[in-house]
Amino acid sequence: MLDPTEHQLPKANFWRAVGTIAWKDLTAELRNKEIVSAMFIFSLLVILIFNFSLELDKSARENVAAGVLWVTFIFAATLGLNRTFAAEKDRGSLDGLLLAPIDRSALFFGKLLSTFVFILIVEIIVVPVFSVLYSISMFNPMFLLVLLLGTLGYTVVGTLLAAMAVHTRAREVMLPILLFPVAVPVVMAAVRASADILAGAKWGRVAGPINLVVVYDIILFAIAIMTFDYLIEE
Amino acid sequence: MIQIRSLSKSFGMKPVLNNIDLSIEPGEFVALLGANGSGKTTLLRIVATLSRPNSGEVQVGRLSLPTHAYAVRQLVGVVSHQPLLYGELTAEENLRFYARMYGLGAAEARITTVLAQVNLEQRQHDLVRTFSRGMQQLLAIARATLHQPKVLLFDEPHTGLDQDAAKMLDDVLRSVAAVGRTVLMTTHDLARGLELSDRVAILSRGKIAFEAHSSTLTPTTFTDKYYEIIHA
Repeated sequence: MLDPTEHQLPKANFWRAVGTIAWKDLTAELRNKEIVSAMFIFSLLVILIFNFSLELDKSARENVAAGVLWVTFIFAATLGLNRTFAAEKDRGSLDGLLLAPIDRSALFFGKLLSTFVFILIVEIIVVPVFSVLYSISMFNPMFLLVLLLGTLGYTVVGTLLAAMAVHTRAREVMLPILLFPVAVPVVMAAVRASADILAGAKWGRVAGPINLVVVYDIILFAIAIMTFDYLIEE
Repeated sequence: MIQIRSLSKSFGMKPVLNNIDLSIEPGEFVALLGANGSGKTTLLRIVATLSRPNSGEVQVGRLSLPTHAYAVRQLVGVVSHQPLLYGELTAEENLRFYARMYGLGAAEARITTVLAQVNLEQRQHDLVRTFSRGMQQLLAIARATLHQPKVLLFDEPHTGLDQDAAKMLDDVLRSVAAVGRTVLMTTHDLARGLELSDRVAILSRGKIAFEAHSSTLTPTTFTDKYYEIIHA
């Protein structure tokens, strides 16, 4: 009898597998530009529509800016998250990933990393455009930290639920239905923190919502690691 | 090499596999035939660790599933009617991706070897989306044999291929099976299944309805038997 502890091949390194999956996604995206371009155009359209429909004075704009920006990024990110596993499923390559002798968590982290990078690229381009259109300076390190943490939390829960939704028939509809309610705490905390920072609030006031985002990120990571194996299988 | 005992699988209320028993010896090439929806692909997916049975026992290399799924994945290579490749990557990049996923050392040498085995060395730097369906299936075989698996599972590998490409695929299938690998192949093509395999099995209504050594059958007797079972 073969000893299951004596693998035929050296065990694939966890982080090497994570990097390999992310490399594959980034290389493919660099060549076809499907996901990032769709998210970018969508984001641009949303902030333009808001800009023209909300003809507000400067102070009113400052009050709604954080909310408009987060709504834009959340909807755009959902577009990208929808393709995270759906693209693999559509081309039939999801089985190839599941057949590889790697920890399933490596698949989760690889997909999380590539999707997070896609969303960050869109944010890096859209934030300066938003800043000009809404006449609000957003180049505040604390604001950028909140943007990073909030995006991370949303991407973690989005990647997890995208793995669940990929096996359903109406997955494009299913993902937002599953995702938005679960993401409410991290989005609300991120919007609150962003609004306070853009209004010039001190650390004492923004610390609460930022801590909430961090705690939510940690909880989501833990849930994702514990449940991903079961969600990705049929 | 593959032992399946009392295996049952259903999707919701619909039973697909019903108390299946099948044993495949090391180095044996078994062709599994059956009508659409007979459960061929489901059986293959269970052996490949991609699906779990509702009941029964599956062992690959005497490793039980799903307990030793991780070790079994190292033993198994899968070629389905979908090539499991990325069109935006070159042939070489696709193989390098899978080599890393399988933790292969000396991957470049192995990639060169498998590309040569399927005669795709000249196209190694081309994007896979520019490949014909036949070339993609050949590259899929290179992908599946990259980690030198002891067991190869082919799920209707000839689907969508023209006659020339199918013949070329047959030659490659024979060569990869000739080195002592255990092969389980599902197919709709009775003549091809009989010709390539050591043993044929017919799956009908979730059960193995017929098994025989290929050498004991002629294409005519096998075809007659097949339709007798399918239309029973």
